[in-house]
Amino acid sequence: MLRVRNLDVSYGPVAALRRVSLHVNPGEIATIIGANGAGKSTLLRSIAGLTPARGGEVLFRGEPVLGVRTERIVARGCSLVPEGRQVFATLPVRENLMIGGSVRVRRGLRREVEGDLEHVYRLFPRLQERERQLAGTLSGGEQQMLAIGRALMARPALVMLDEPSMGLAPLVVKDILATVERIAAGGTTVLLVEQNARSALKVARRGYVLENGRVVLEGTSEELLQNRDVQRAYLGSEVMP
Amino acid sequence: MTLDLALQYLVAGLTYGAIYAVVAIGFNIVYSATGIINFAQGEFVMLGGMLAVQLSRSMPLPAAVALSVAITAAVGAVVEVAFIRWLGKPTVLRMVVITIGVSILLREGALFLWGEGVRSLPYFTGDEVSSVGILGARISPQVFWVLGTVALIVAVLEWFYRRTLLGWEMQACAANKDAAALCGVPVRRLVTLSFAMAAAIGALAGAVVSPITYTSYAAGGPLAIKGFTVAILGGLGNSGGAVAAGLALGVVESFAVSVLPAAYKDVVTLSLLLAVLVVRPSGLFASGEAARLKEF
Repeated sequence: MLRVRNLDVSYGPVAALRRVSLHVNPGEIATIIGANGAGKSTLLRSIAGLTPARGGEVLFRGEPVLGVRTERIVARGCSLVPEGRQVFATLPVRENLMIGGSVRVRRGLRREVEGDLEHVYRLFPRLQERERQLAGTLSGGEQQMLAIGRALMARPALVMLDEPSMGLAPLVVKDILATVERIAAGGTTVLLVEQNARSALKVARRGYVLENGRVVLEGTSEELLQNRDVQRAYLGSEVMP
Repeated sequence: MTLDLALQYLVAGLTYGAIYAVVAIGFNIVYSATGIINFAQGEFVMLGGMLAVQLSRSMPLPAAVALSVAITAAVGAVVEVAFIRWLGKPTVLRMVVITIGVSILLREGALFLWGEGVRSLPYFTGDEVSSVGILGARISPQVFWVLGTVALIVAVLEWFYRRTLLGWEMQACAANKDAAALCGVPVRRLVTLSFAMAAAIGALAGAVVSPITYTSYAAGGPLAIKGFTVAILGGLGNSGGAVAAGLALGVVESFAVSVLPAAYKDVVTLSLLLAVLVVRPSGLFASGEAARLKEF
């Protein structure tokens, strides 16, 4: 589904990603864990075409996407739910979702987009209750649901989530991650980026550990959960076996 | 002052005010989509008037106005593609210099094409002497054309931003370009569209008002200053505020002329602009965000 090879990204003279390679298989949930500033968001932004890369290759469904404009990448089926939600605060919930479906409206699928709206409302009934409310007035958890729903409206083959648990209460996080599993069960591939390593490894099948812009570890979630370095650095001491 | 005279001033004020409001709305459309104050907005109004006059010599009036609006919209789009698009994220000062440069370019282009002469379209209905009497005041039918056109523009924009997907997408672009692109919104094309829309609206206003105010190659500059004042007064990006502020400024100007020498009309406007910029830069109908304008 997605293959990243030797991706190099830098902000001015500062290297943010160094020769990062990873892949995501169709239908799976993969995760990238790492500390604040490790380069996780940069990696996703670069795949989505928001941050230019200096070198390397990104293939989505076998096609190179580096240098392609963000909206084209979305149209090809690769969506990013950005860090910090970034919903359109001054527009109502329903309008936010419809903007997410605009790529499909442009392809003449307006009727189907109405159906997609129903699908998102089934996934997040709260959004339907608040359909007419301005997005800026929603709670953090509801805004996260809206951001995810908005991305799903484009019917992506791959959805990348950047820190969906950020700033949310533990119960809400659980809720969101359960929904991520349902999305994957529905056939959408998921690439989940999290600081909250334990929750991420619980829902994902495979994971990568990013440190200072490099992939330092990769493996199945069980392997990573058992790994001493991962336990020490990302899971906290209380899970020592 | 007698009632009919007061009414006469009021209507004159509202007419000019409506035009200021339309220029301000043009500022707002571009500002909302890009964060740029396009100082060439007044030139779009001038172009609309001049083109309509030129075209009306070889075709019926409605066709001339429509074609002039279409051509000006195209000019607006070309301005964006040629001068703004490749800038990426320019500084405020750079944008000011560039848009003022564009306005000089358009003005000099108009001077080259049409010379210094003052022109006007014929009255849309009736002529210079025909008038409608309301409470003793004599009001030119063209005034109703102006007010009606402005009301129509505001209503159509309101519908566009509130009811259409394209309108929502433009607001999304204005709010957060990255997030909009992540939704698959073609950000660059919508920015071009915002320039075209602002140009079209300015041109329509320029054509409708030309029988009353006349137009010449230099008509854009003063209108841009008035429109800018109104945009700031109303709060940048706030089109409802622009209409209220525009009508208010028009009426204030109009009554100022009744007590002060006519030459002081622009002094009133500019004093207001300065006062607002110093005291309340986010506008009378504050939207806080516009306080960024302090950068100027």
